Amino acid sequence: MWIRSTLAYRVSFVLTVVGGLLVTGLDFVAILLMFSQVDVLGGYTLPEVAFLYGLSATSFGLADLSIGSAGRLGSRVRDGTLDTLLVRPAPVLAQVAADRFALRRVARLIQGGLVLGYACVALDVVWSPVKVALVPVMLVCGGVIFAAVFVTGAAFQFVAQDASEVQAAFTYGGQTLLQYPPTVFGKELVRGVTFVLPLAFVNWVPAAHVLGRPYPLGLPEWAAFAPPLVAVACCAAAGLAWRAGLRTYRSTGS
Amino acid sequence: MGSARLYAAVAAGGFRRYATYRVATAAGVFTNTVFGLILVYTYLALWDERPHLGGYDQAQAVTYVWLGQALFATLAIQGGGFEIELMERIRTGEVAVDLYRPADLQAWWLASDLGRALFQLLGRGVLPFVFGALFFPTALPLDPVTWLAFAVTIALAMVVSYGIRFLVALSGFWLMDGTGAVQVLMVTGMFFSGMALPLNAFPRPLGDIVTLLPWSALLQTPADVLLGRTDPWPAFAFQAGWAVVLLAVGRLVQGAATRRVVVQGG
Repeated sequence: MWIRSTLAYRVSFVLTVVGGLLVTGLDFVAILLMFSQVDVLGGYTLPEVAFLYGLSATSFGLADLSIGSAGRLGSRVRDGTLDTLLVRPAPVLAQVAADRFALRRVARLIQGGLVLGYACVALDVVWSPVKVALVPVMLVCGGVIFAAVFVTGAAFQFVAQDASEVQAAFTYGGQTLLQYPPTVFGKELVRGVTFVLPLAFVNWVPAAHVLGRPYPLGLPEWAAFAPPLVAVACCAAAGLAWRAGLRTYRSTGS
Repeated sequence: MGSARLYAAVAAGGFRRYATYRVATAAGVFTNTVFGLILVYTYLALWDERPHLGGYDQAQAVTYVWLGQALFATLAIQGGGFEIELMERIRTGEVAVDLYRPADLQAWWLASDLGRALFQLLGRGVLPFVFGALFFPTALPLDPVTWLAFAVTIALAMVVSYGIRFLVALSGFWLMDGTGAVQVLMVTGMFFSGMALPLNAFPRPLGDIVTLLPWSALLQTPADVLLGRTDPWPAFAFQAGWAVVLLAVGRLVQGAATRRVVVQGG
């Protein structure tokens, strides 16, 4: 239904997808502009940064397409329209995800995929079967990890109501962070996104194996294959947070 | 005189309206600080590799980042001010009520948006900037005259920003669904204002071209005045020039658009 309603205004939809490609491509253009002035950033070359970028953007695109609508939960809590979802015989989380499903979000997925494709061609690495197999694993697990962040953020909005920007700091902020090599950032920040909010497993850690780079924080070799475990753990944590959040929900009564 | 009081009241209303959302403001401060942190580290890596890129030293580049975060919501660089609301009113036809009011559409929303911008500057802009200045090496001027000139550039930037977004909002009279136009606003705002990368760090001749566009009046001009990279008077003239042009075009488009409005009875 949301897809059909989007397609009703055709000029606008085309503009939106083109605009979406531009908006999401913009951070990559910014990276290209940076590389027009330098050869390496944090010790990483352009194809290497593009690899990190493509992985981050594509996984985020998967999560955003499937559950990005959860970002608007706060407004539903505020105006009381969440009640409608609670009385329907379907899981609330599924309804929240489908609410105002925005087809235009495919733009991020397309754009991330294009950059990733370029990176895979331009990279100067010897592709072993393990490395090739690791790429789709990273994308799926990364998508799941980001989705877990979305759900946790939505759960937080039950409490904070109009703090959707805090969620944006972790989702969009996390995606932006992962576009750059871990060597760029301070140790404390890298520790935070490895052990506290394990975003580093979306791309930094497994990509270090593919690129043959030193692992962030000197993690052991097997950490590159941990993303599925991390993804499962994130889902469990997000599920608990969601249930706790839903329990605190009090309708506005309007 | 009477109309000046009216618009002052509208501006005060815009200010108070945003001041109501305390949690949202705190959340915004948090977000701007997080994005500032990410950007600062990438800029430091970039300036490590190329010292004095675009004529900035590291401390100036860091100052630029935090200034961008402070002005991001203030100048609605990615959109997110009154234009969404006005477009919604155009789509639903409620704009007919606005046109019926004894106040000018353009001036009414300008006053309201200036009130919003002032609140965002104080409520959302100052804290990330202070955080940045406390925890990173920044290049802040000691001369009060520079700060005064900087304040003038911010005020002018608010008007230029409004001028751009008013035109985007009016496009709703022809497009009806404004999502696409808003997204174009996002791209141009992020890119041409120097939010993604300072315009003087762009490769030539692209850098020279984007510096002449109205968006450079939003972030690049105030930054260059604060960092002492340009004299205030030419900067004011550049911003005021764009403000006048945009408002004049806005007025023309408004005239054309309101002739399209058909008020349904009932």
